Amino acid sequence: MRITPRPGILDPEGETIGRALGTLGYQGVESVRAGRLISMRIEADDEASARDSVEGMCQQLIANPIIEDYSILIEDAE
Amino acid sequence: MMRVGIVRFPGSNCDADCARAVREGLGQEALFLWHKTHSLEGADVVLLPGGFSYGDHLRAGAIARFSPIMQEVVDFARAGGPVIGICNGFQILCEAHLLPGALIRNRGIRFRHRDVHLRVERTDTVFTRACCGGQVLRMPIAHGEGQFVADVETLAELEADGRVVFRYVDESGCAAASANPNGSQNDIAGICNGAGNVVGLMPHPERAVSDLLGCKDGLPLFRSLLAAVPEAVAS
Repeated sequence: MRITPRPGILDPEGETIGRALGTLGYQGVESVRAGRLISMRIEADDEASARDSVEGMCQQLIANPIIEDYSILIEDAE
Repeated sequence: MMRVGIVRFPGSNCDADCARAVREGLGQEALFLWHKTHSLEGADVVLLPGGFSYGDHLRAGAIARFSPIMQEVVDFARAGGPVIGICNGFQILCEAHLLPGALIRNRGIRFRHRDVHLRVERTDTVFTRACCGGQVLRMPIAHGEGQFVADVETLAELEADGRVVFRYVDESGCAAASANPNGSQNDIAGICNGAGNVVGLMPHPERAVSDLLGCKDGLPLFRSLLAAVPEAVAS
């Protein structure tokens, strides 16, 4: 799950990283947004049911829809 | 005797200070409620104290919000019971959707701990009845995630309904950028629900209840609880 601050929500961490990059001489960094990445192994019958399950987790706990967006990436479905 | 139930989550650390404010500041009864229980034990007021519940992992208050006792707290609040959230308690109330908006990392990223001045914007809530409108109170803050944010519609609604209870101001009670310690929208330090029975704030009134602590400006807030449950006090 990739969780990022929603557009319009101030991101103090991203701004601080952006300022630090400027101080280090990196030019052209227009904006920086910092989020979090949560990876997990789960067992499910198929990719669709895994996605359903993870979707529920994101909505209930992992992301706060007031301030965050999320996206889900499923890899290595066996 | 009024019974104030103080919920203890793993990582709460202002629970004892809150109990002391209730017992010594008010002369009322404080009881601790373990977060894993399903009973408020007859509390007249529920207080969610400050601290770092569940280590602030994921988001401050995000995991505590699902503690077993929170179902009872939500039911109690929906039935009109007085519920106060201080600091981490405020974060939990927002995560539990008992209050709107969210509390994110302070602007400037740093953990801020210093005295602030608050202006009481509303005096008909369970936590401000003993205050005067516009009264300026001094008390400490201590938080890393205290920046109040809400979407444009929610913010407009809060303002239109007069649900901003406390605002960061300077010593003279005026708005000033330097008086806002965390970048909160509209200098918001505390809000309430529509009925005024659920109040959350980032500053710590329980740390300002005696001369020994350097300030007693937190006492009127706790005294307000007495007015909120007069039948309990009288009995």
